[in-house]
Amino acid sequence: MSGVVMFFMQIINGLNIGSIYALIALGYTMVYGIAKLINFAHGDIIMVGAYLSLVLLNTGMHWSIATLLSILGCALLGFTMEKVAYKPLRKASRISLLITAIGMSYLLQNSFQLIFSANPKPYPAFINLPSLKLGSITISSNYYTTFIVSVLLMILLTLFVKKTKMGKAMRSVAEDEGAARLMGINVDHTISLTFIIGTGLAAVAGILYSNCYTIISPTMGSLPGIKAFIAAVLGGIGSIPGAVLGGFILGMIETLVKAYISSQLADTIVFLILILMLVFKPAGILGKNVREKV
Amino acid sequence: MKKVSFKQQLLIELGITLGLFLLLQVLMNLGVITTYWKGIFITICINVILTVSLNITSGFLGELALGHAGFMAAGAYIAAVFSKSIALIPSVEFPLALLIGGLFAMLLGYLVSIPTLRLRGDYLAIITLAFGEIVRNVLLNIKFTGGAGGYSSIPKYTTFPWTFFLAAACVLLSRSLINSRQGRAIISIREDEIAAESSGIDTNKYKKLAFVYSAFFAGIAGALYAHYMGFLQPAYFNLDKSIEILVMCVLGGMGNITGSIISASILTILPEALRQIADYRMLVYSVVLIVMMLVKYAPQFQGLLAKFKHQKEEEA
Repeated sequence: MSGVVMFFMQIINGLNIGSIYALIALGYTMVYGIAKLINFAHGDIIMVGAYLSLVLLNTGMHWSIATLLSILGCALLGFTMEKVAYKPLRKASRISLLITAIGMSYLLQNSFQLIFSANPKPYPAFINLPSLKLGSITISSNYYTTFIVSVLLMILLTLFVKKTKMGKAMRSVAEDEGAARLMGINVDHTISLTFIIGTGLAAVAGILYSNCYTIISPTMGSLPGIKAFIAAVLGGIGSIPGAVLGGFILGMIETLVKAYISSQLADTIVFLILILMLVFKPAGILGKNVREKV
Repeated sequence: MKKVSFKQQLLIELGITLGLFLLLQVLMNLGVITTYWKGIFITICINVILTVSLNITSGFLGELALGHAGFMAAGAYIAAVFSKSIALIPSVEFPLALLIGGLFAMLLGYLVSIPTLRLRGDYLAIITLAFGEIVRNVLLNIKFTGGAGGYSSIPKYTTFPWTFFLAAACVLLSRSLINSRQGRAIISIREDEIAAESSGIDTNKYKKLAFVYSAFFAGIAGALYAHYMGFLQPAYFNLDKSIEILVMCVLGGMGNITGSIISASILTILPEALRQIADYRMLVYSVVLIVMMLVKYAPQFQGLLAKFKHQKEEEA
């Protein structure tokens, strides 16, 4: 394989993993923008989505229904999580919310480990479209489906936030919760809705991810979760286009480092990027610098 | 009730510490405490050091640090490399190894504290998490210390008196730090950073101090662990380990040193005593984290607690 073809293959790999990071990062960024909370359990929703769809697929259900049900299941989980664990602590200190979120993440991981055992399970991939041939490059159906589905969802989400009334409510709560409440916006509903959309997207990401890698385990969500968070920070946390951009950039960097520098050091380099980003431009590429008010 | 002065309290505490040590040591020498339990006591002391030092950053400074295992790993590996490559009399080499482990972790703590100073709590948690993962990843890739396979045949210098007195020293130092001017400055940052800054407190300096202090003891704990096990593996120092220390810290009470000692002891003994539920350990930990936070900070629970207290008062 010539160097150029190899490079293009890597770019396609990067777009694939990048679109998954972007989907997860969207959930992080929306929840952070509105509830000011790093939802550590967000990465584990990917895993929950993957396992739910595995169980449903194993019952012989058609993939479309299984996917829809897993998305709904994850959204319900996100909704409950917010109501039970995060909402009571909305007025408490930041650190207590973070600790609760970590607790949630571990609760999900470990309960799934008890139910399904820690061993990885094969996932029956259901995306079986013909692969795309571009000259000497072959793109498998997983890759372009992941890319197309993610981009489509991102466009839909942007339209939702920009054009609909509920989207407007979300933006206003993110900007100033108190003022939004005074304008008659139901803040509780808006936050719940954000969690539902965020976790729904994470479920889609989980299903796409499992289709690509075809092996799932209870801890599969934690690393992509952390990386998606890094992507959200990179793009500017709280910003939707930022999360998408950050996701793609991170996916690209990770794939290229893996291919050309060292596959073992890829994670280290990704984490270093996070630290450097936070040192030099904590607001991220598209984020705004907000001063803390007294 | 007569108020006990700080000095008197210190003397009482020293007395209790020495008494406890002598009791445990005599029981060990008589063989009442088996070697197995002696190992558990050593682990308790190491965990006490880790928990108390984490409490300085997470409890008193109020910043969630998720990289404690990283500092521990750094201290453990450096100390192990030192004592394996240098041949001195153990009584000189071991304290030196401990010191080097602590100092190296301290240096890393200083480096980590630089980017975190500009950031708010949430980012700090992520940076420390990233730091912990970087340390583990780097250790996995260093051929010299065996990579993922582990670093073995480290001299086993760690004894019960060493760990016990280091843990006691850590507790004592931490308590005097918190009761000092510097400690009050650290606590004021937790209460309100902006107010602290306006009152003329150099918040950056005290944040660094808390970080460096906490990293130093994590490094020492790591060095003790290395010379206790005689074998190190990067996988041990993963995020789970940091979370485990955090759970001990949270259960004992953020900003409560005595609580840290008690919870570190309980959470070390419990999994050993209840082997059959070992599978549920992390699950229980996660529930502990959530429930502790809800009970302590959620208004709904606080209302309930207040009601309960009120009832009790009425009964009495």
